[in-house]
Amino acid sequence: MALYPTETGLYGSFGGRFVPETLMPAILELEQAFKEAKEDPAFQEEMAYYLKQYIGRETPLYHAERLSATLGGPKIYLKREDLNHTGAHKINNTIGQALLTQRMGKKKVVAETGAGQHGVATATVSALLGLECIIFMGKEDVRRQALNVYRMELLGAQVVSVDQGNGTLKDAVNEAMRYWTANVEDTHYIFGTAAGPHPFPQIVRDFQRVIGDETRKQIIETEGKLPEAIVACVGGGSNAIGMFYPFVEDQEVKMYGVEAGGKGLPTGEHAASLTEGKAGILHGSLSYLLQNGDGQVQEAHSISAGLDYPGVGPEHSYLKDAGRVTYDAVTDEEALEAVRLLSRTEGIIPALESAHAVAYCKKLAPMMGTEDVLVVCLSGRGDKDMNTIREAHETGGDFND
Amino acid sequence: MTKAKLDTAFQTVADAGEKAFVPYIMAGDGGLSGLNERIRFLADCGATAIELGLPFSDPVADGPTIQAAGIRALEAGTTVQTVLDEVAKEKASRTVPLVIMTYLNPVFAYGVEAFASACAEAGISGLILPDLPLEEEGMVTEALKKQDIALIRLVALTSTPARIQALAERAEGFLYAVTVAGTTGERASFVDQLGTHLKALTEVSKAPVLAGFGVSTPEHVRELSQYCDGVVVGSKIVDALHQGNRQQVKDLIASRK
Repeated sequence: MALYPTETGLYGSFGGRFVPETLMPAILELEQAFKEAKEDPAFQEEMAYYLKQYIGRETPLYHAERLSATLGGPKIYLKREDLNHTGAHKINNTIGQALLTQRMGKKKVVAETGAGQHGVATATVSALLGLECIIFMGKEDVRRQALNVYRMELLGAQVVSVDQGNGTLKDAVNEAMRYWTANVEDTHYIFGTAAGPHPFPQIVRDFQRVIGDETRKQIIETEGKLPEAIVACVGGGSNAIGMFYPFVEDQEVKMYGVEAGGKGLPTGEHAASLTEGKAGILHGSLSYLLQNGDGQVQEAHSISAGLDYPGVGPEHSYLKDAGRVTYDAVTDEEALEAVRLLSRTEGIIPALESAHAVAYCKKLAPMMGTEDVLVVCLSGRGDKDMNTIREAHETGGDFND
Repeated sequence: MTKAKLDTAFQTVADAGEKAFVPYIMAGDGGLSGLNERIRFLADCGATAIELGLPFSDPVADGPTIQAAGIRALEAGTTVQTVLDEVAKEKASRTVPLVIMTYLNPVFAYGVEAFASACAEAGISGLILPDLPLEEEGMVTEALKKQDIALIRLVALTSTPARIQALAERAEGFLYAVTVAGTTGERASFVDQLGTHLKALTEVSKAPVLAGFGVSTPEHVRELSQYCDGVVVGSKIVDALHQGNRQQVKDLIASRK
């Protein structure tokens, strides 16, 4: 496959940096700072220190035997990103970007958040490094994720509720970008997913690739081979790209990105931008996008706040068109079933986002052999979703045996 | 002819020893059927050119007033096509040049070449895309050049000297000097060095320099016009028209002289 991104941030025809001129100097400054940091052993050492001592890496690659036996077919391994400090993969990126913020001599950070995981991870590293932190969160998400709002505030961050649009992740990104535009001189925007203008997709991927790098090493140690298949959920796509990237050249490893199918693709109420969208420009990059024929971005729908986004990172668009990764969707209902399945078979309650990846295993497992290995990126834990899951349980399907 | 119409309008103002005033309106806000009447009203008030906003769902460069106007326009069913069709109706009789301001995605979805040619047919002289920086403008420059439509570039307070130089050299139509670090919308005051910044821009720019973002009172208009070739006023005009306060619009535009 071609080397990417290019110098100008292109992944095939996707990517780029479609931002107002006011932000362009900061975008270029960030690109330069990131380049220098990557080549600076002191920065690498600092990262390694925090990843190990603060976040608790490396995370286990756990053989889920009961889940494997229940689904039949392959040996299923879970990459336990839910065991990271703050309960999700998000902190791999926020610690890196917070250290970059310091390198650039900036004292303030702004971030958007959907489920609240990225907000909590940003607030956490801000407390750790003494940075001033402001988080934009959609009004609907503030309601759905009240506990995470409190967590961020407890950590010293200011949380701003955004009521534009549907009050979800897309609207939070808009407001965070506006805030950044007005405060760009002293503030860094800690973008939470592998989307946005170049160099964000690359920065986020490079900070998240630790997921895939560890997985690769661990699976070779335990199984003596690479996995036959890897599954990860995709909203903006940060855990997925972090998991996939180190395996991209291994053509024998099949990779599956699972989007939020919401109420079902035919209903139009979903967040499956790769599966159902077409190329367009939102939040600084050209990528697959849910939009109408007139180029207006459509609202996404998902029970999972973290996947409730109409866009996706440009590298995923590239991997889709290159045929390297298969993208598919599972519904809210299937994700809820997967929460119960993993909870009951393994004693692990997954985040609703990660449950989409688990749900997809039910589809893949019957097609795989017993000697095959299937790795699932368990990107986060489900504690934050207890209210949503309970509400869905009480109002909807029967989750009792 | 399209781009030249804009150049002529600025030249006429300059020859009279006056300053340019470019009001912004959101197409479809207040109903598409009233769009041509609004354009005529603004021209009669003395607008040098008119900036016509095409609504976009995610306008990251805009503050609350223009966001709200965009939502009203979208809810009224405004599309790129209906706006271009509407303004095309009075193309022959209209003397004031029109410039479209929108975001890249509606243009991309329409098709860049098709959009440029539809703009030319509707008598549009220029295009402003606030989310298209210098680095990415190759996406539209050829199509616009072919249709003789000016790509109006924005220069920011944060632009480095090298970027200012590059933007000034390529300037066509006018150079849009963003007067605040932030989004569109009313401001009480501007940074102290703004005058020096604007004056420096006029010295290097190949096209007239117009100050915009946050310009909302006759005092702002007079103050900023001292340092450059004129102003763009958006949120205040959008708000006044929405409130039905046409006298305020007249007074604002009159303050250019």
